[in-house]
Amino acid sequence: MLKQIEGSHAVAHVVAQCRPNVISAYPITPQTHIVEGLADIVGAGQLDAEFINVESEFSAASVVLGASAAGARAYTATSSQGLLLMSEVIYCIAGMRLPIVMTCANRAISAPLSIWNDHQDSMAVRDAGWIQLHAEDNQEASDLHIQAFKIAEQTFLPVMVCMDGFILTHAYEPVDLPEQKEVDDFLPTFKPRHIVDPRWPRGIGLFADPRFYMETRYILHRALEKSEETIKEVSSEFAKAFGRESGGFIKTYKLEEADVVVVSMGSVVGTIKELIDQLEEEGKKVGLLQICSYRPFPRKEVYRALKDKMNIVVLEKCISLGRGGILASDVRWSFPRAEKKDRDISSFVAGLGGRNISIDDLRYMVEKVEKEPVEFEFLGLRTELIAEKEM
Amino acid sequence: MREQSKYLEGVDKKDLFASGHRACGGCGQALAARLVADAAGENTIACVATGCLEVFSGPYPDPSWRIPFLHSLFENAAAVASGVDAAYKALKKGPVNIIAQGGDGSTADIGLQSISGMFERGHNVLYVCYDNEAYMNTGVQRSSFTPYGAWTSTTPTGNTTRKKNMPMLAADHGIPYVATATVDDFRDLQLKIRKALTIVGPKYIHILAPCPLGWGHHGELTVEICRLAKDTGLFPVYEIVDGKVTNVKKIPAKVAVEEYLKPQGRFKHLFKKGVPAKEVDEIQEIANQNIERFNL
Repeated sequence: MLKQIEGSHAVAHVVAQCRPNVISAYPITPQTHIVEGLADIVGAGQLDAEFINVESEFSAASVVLGASAAGARAYTATSSQGLLLMSEVIYCIAGMRLPIVMTCANRAISAPLSIWNDHQDSMAVRDAGWIQLHAEDNQEASDLHIQAFKIAEQTFLPVMVCMDGFILTHAYEPVDLPEQKEVDDFLPTFKPRHIVDPRWPRGIGLFADPRFYMETRYILHRALEKSEETIKEVSSEFAKAFGRESGGFIKTYKLEEADVVVVSMGSVVGTIKELIDQLEEEGKKVGLLQICSYRPFPRKEVYRALKDKMNIVVLEKCISLGRGGILASDVRWSFPRAEKKDRDISSFVAGLGGRNISIDDLRYMVEKVEKEPVEFEFLGLRTELIAEKEM
Repeated sequence: MREQSKYLEGVDKKDLFASGHRACGGCGQALAARLVADAAGENTIACVATGCLEVFSGPYPDPSWRIPFLHSLFENAAAVASGVDAAYKALKKGPVNIIAQGGDGSTADIGLQSISGMFERGHNVLYVCYDNEAYMNTGVQRSSFTPYGAWTSTTPTGNTTRKKNMPMLAADHGIPYVATATVDDFRDLQLKIRKALTIVGPKYIHILAPCPLGWGHHGELTVEICRLAKDTGLFPVYEIVDGKVTNVKKIPAKVAVEEYLKPQGRFKHLFKKGVPAKEVDEIQEIANQNIERFNL
């Protein structure tokens, strides 16, 4: 059913259709409309779930940890500082192999305080052992949540669905919302693996001395790598069941003939596609490689898609301060060592703290890399605000 | 006496918290954890905070627990227990005893917010605090339960503040049951655990659990030190049922605080000049205030 709906409400709607047993969250902009939507659905008796209003994001994550360890399908949502406050629990959830699903309404990190969108928050926990999927639009954000529960419960890995704060969460778009029966047919009942239950006493969360710790990290790392198959399978099962493509590892747009390829993720790919169409009319061949699964990182797919491309530019909404582009590092690492030499991989950081990324900004970026590669650049920087000595 | 027989029926040594763990000899917390597990019985889930208890009883692959044991972090046992409670409600399972457990650091300091949240939301969880009055697992650093005058590795000249009153703080959340107990009177301790588990809603039990390592007393004296803590008035034993202080344990014969302080290495600097330091008077004053306040 196609409905004109706010992104957050679409997500709340489909999360409820996935029938979580326990939902726990703490309010933070721009995540709030999602959990308000779920509270309404639970309050109206349309979803039989425990909705736990907690005193912090740290406790929200701890509540879903406990609920999942006791056999419940559990969901939470957060943003920015909330995700950072959760970070200790985020690592634990992955280490304990609890298949929790979370929405990260992507937002910048303080200081200075900013409620607006970039990807610094989810990047801060990229190494925690969660699957991280990035949505392009609200249709995909909704679809990814349905897939996320299935992926999580098949792999026993937690899944974070990342959607751009405000740009998606607060945008009204037509979204094809599924029927309950379609979701029920797609998503089987959760069958937990290890739970705390007095009928089968067991310890969950024991500590591991140096004889055992490293193996747990190896197994978790391999599980993340192996989840590639599940992510792809679930995405194609979804396409079969719902009649539209969503999720998966990577997506491409006009890539094959492209002389310049832009690599990016999240909602900005919409603007990039618009630019690609404009440039095509001007006779320029530019393509897009969109990362949907950021963790596990689709190294092989990235290489396969880009191995014949000599001019690549990575555009991202996050930065490793003192180092540069994070996604750019991942893309550069995707090429075998021997092949790196002649290929130009430029790195641009843009849109930090909600700075608008206009089509003109993107055109400037593409035209610049057509002339020469760019090691690293802030796109759309207002240099007039920066003192000479700070440059 | 009648109350004892009612609540203690069926409580025996089941070793649900088994021997062979790695606690020090004379560890008050290990003794308390066994008494708590045996009193609670098999139908119990323990949500344990990081700390001494978790470290000496939860190493892979040799945990000491014969009841389900769930550990994740230092400061979230009460929130994790809230999640278990929510899951049991949502999945329509149970009833089950959910006992969150932690030391004084995870209760009074880093985990206070999560405990307050659990109390305020009204989860059907019993929170048990094993109070050994400092961060023992990391090497005897001061916590907000460290008593006035005590040496710790971060208060080398003696602690200058009074102990946070956690039982009152718990009671002021309006929860139905709060109690204090000590490991020397195991019947009283187990009775309170059993009683708490008959009450639906959040409960708090604060157990004084001497630490021979951190307090600097001989392991044999753990039980005796508890008796002295009570008989001096420094650790009042009582219940708070629906907001009212009740069942206060009367002191049979009042003992001066010096008797409690002297066997403990953490207070020896107060006596090194041959005469008690002025801090001892202050500690006696704390005991006197307790005696008056609780009519001990």
